Amino acid sequence: MAAADCLELEDMSDDVLIEARGIHAYYGASHVLHGVDLHLRRGETIGLMGRNGMGKTTLLRSMLGLLPPASGSVQVRGRGMTGAAPHRIARAGVAYVPEGRGIFPNLSVRENLLMAARAGHDGRDDWTLDRALDTFPRLRERLAHGGQQLSGGEQQMLTIARALLTNPDVLILDEATEGLAPLVAQEIWRILQRIRESGISSIIVDKNFSAVSTIADRNVILVKGQIVFQGGSEALRARPQLLQAWLGV
Amino acid sequence: MDPYIFLIQLLNGVQYGLLLFLVASGLTLIFGIMGVINLAHGSFYMLGAYLAWSLTAQLGNFWLALLAGFVLSVVLGILLEWLFIRHLYRRDHLQQVLLTYGLILIFSELRSIVWGDDVHSVAVPTLLAGSIPLTETLAYPVYRVWLSIVCVVLAAGMYYLIQHTRLGMMVRAGASNREMTQSLGIDIGLLYRLVFAFGVALAAFAGMLAAPVSSVFPGMGNQVLIICFVVVVIGGIGSVKGAMAAALLIGLVDTFGKVVEFEISGFRVLPELAGMSVFVMMAIVLLWRPEGLFARRLR
Ligand SMILES: Nc1ncnc2c1ncn2[C@@H]1O[C@H](COP(=O)(O)OP(=O)(O)O)[C@@H](O)[C@H]1O
Ligand SMILES: [Mg+2]
Repeated sequence: MAAADCLELEDMSDDVLIEARGIHAYYGASHVLHGVDLHLRRGETIGLMGRNGMGKTTLLRSMLGLLPPASGSVQVRGRGMTGAAPHRIARAGVAYVPEGRGIFPNLSVRENLLMAARAGHDGRDDWTLDRALDTFPRLRERLAHGGQQLSGGEQQMLTIARALLTNPDVLILDEATEGLAPLVAQEIWRILQRIRESGISSIIVDKNFSAVSTIADRNVILVKGQIVFQGGSEALRARPQLLQAWLGV
Repeated sequence: MDPYIFLIQLLNGVQYGLLLFLVASGLTLIFGIMGVINLAHGSFYMLGAYLAWSLTAQLGNFWLALLAGFVLSVVLGILLEWLFIRHLYRRDHLQQVLLTYGLILIFSELRSIVWGDDVHSVAVPTLLAGSIPLTETLAYPVYRVWLSIVCVVLAAGMYYLIQHTRLGMMVRAGASNREMTQSLGIDIGLLYRLVFAFGVALAAFAGMLAAPVSSVFPGMGNQVLIICFVVVVIGGIGSVKGAMAAALLIGLVDTFGKVVEFEISGFRVLPELAGMSVFVMMAIVLLWRPEGLFARRLR
């Protein structure tokens, strides 16, 4: 084997920020994930798609330590994190914007942000409260409001801003634009584009195929707990009948 | 009623209420944040009083005893959380009640083995032994005034901690959404351990403070536990603000209940009936507001 190949292999593994291998997950007796592999490289944005109930959220929750997989492994930057507590995975630089947003309704907007703010795992602290508020000017006007007083779009912005304040390497977004008015959703997509440009890698789960495939470097499609497609957006757009079958678009 | 006697009763009622708050706030926090019904909470009050008594005797100084007792109760709280309580977070209330009732029995037995079953008293520290004269015959003990001030300072500190520090924000966040809090990198297990140890230390500290004004006796923990559950229920389960309001209310109702009933009793009223005033009030409050004075929300 050539030395160059070795180097490249090492580089690649160094570059993988989070990786799931052979994940099987269950809810009670129902087998939801059937051996899923997924990895995210530095600087990469992955679009994770699939119809409702195909296991996208379950896969994310397995990777985040919220639902330890029955078998399979999770690694963050090469370190074994299978079954690790969610806060350890978060502290390793993985931030989560959950389905349904997960803001704290009993905390003010400012408190929602401050309670999460910290330097990243490598000490980086480029995301400060000020920068987050510059990115989401609407939140600045709402700082003193209670979390439950925000509109859906503002709540979503709050969750994203809060995730950024943990100075993550990886941002995992589950249905971030769900239920939002089209204009607000567009604003969120613009912000996700800016986050991408700032060098944060993301896994984005969303129903909006055209928006996801525009921002994603790689698309992953789940059907019944198995990956049926992995590749670039062009390759995917070229197969409309499969898209119809997999995603219903 | 004589205005000075009224004033004395008022001060006594407030002081009793503040002491109840120290115990009840821990109870309501532990329930509101971790969802654990802790029947053993009264035992910590009892342990605190016995610690104050035995440590004062051993160290020869009430202040040293207070400090040592506080440290010991924090350590006890951490140990108990680690050994027992953390296994209760995902379990139902029946199991919580069974385990913490078992703890009551254990603490009571340990107390009996280590300190015996006698009633004791703790001398008021000399620094605070004086009285403030009100009239020629009436005076108010300095220690009770100091005790109330300490309770107010602790309550204010607790309010600041919960409302204005990052730790407090994390605790409130954890009470509303455990998973999300963890996914933001917060070690919720550690947070819960701190909250529990803090609750234990507050209850024990209340027992230590109370030791010089009331006697130290075996059943004191259960007595305070029952009243504190009344406080928690009236205040609204999980609400620290509610615990404060309800504790003061109960302190006053209980104190004045005894006096007023004595005064209006043209015919003989059993003194035990005075103790019922608290429960009558609980019934009234719950009819008016079934969820308590302050609905459950850690704000
Ligand atoms: N808490 C749960 N308990 C039982 N079954 C669940 C639970 N959450 C999800 N499921 C089931 O697991 C499957 C995958 O769900 P999910 O991962 O949420 O899918 P997606 O995010 O792709 O819509 C679905 O069939 C769903 O009904
Ligand atoms: Mg989902």
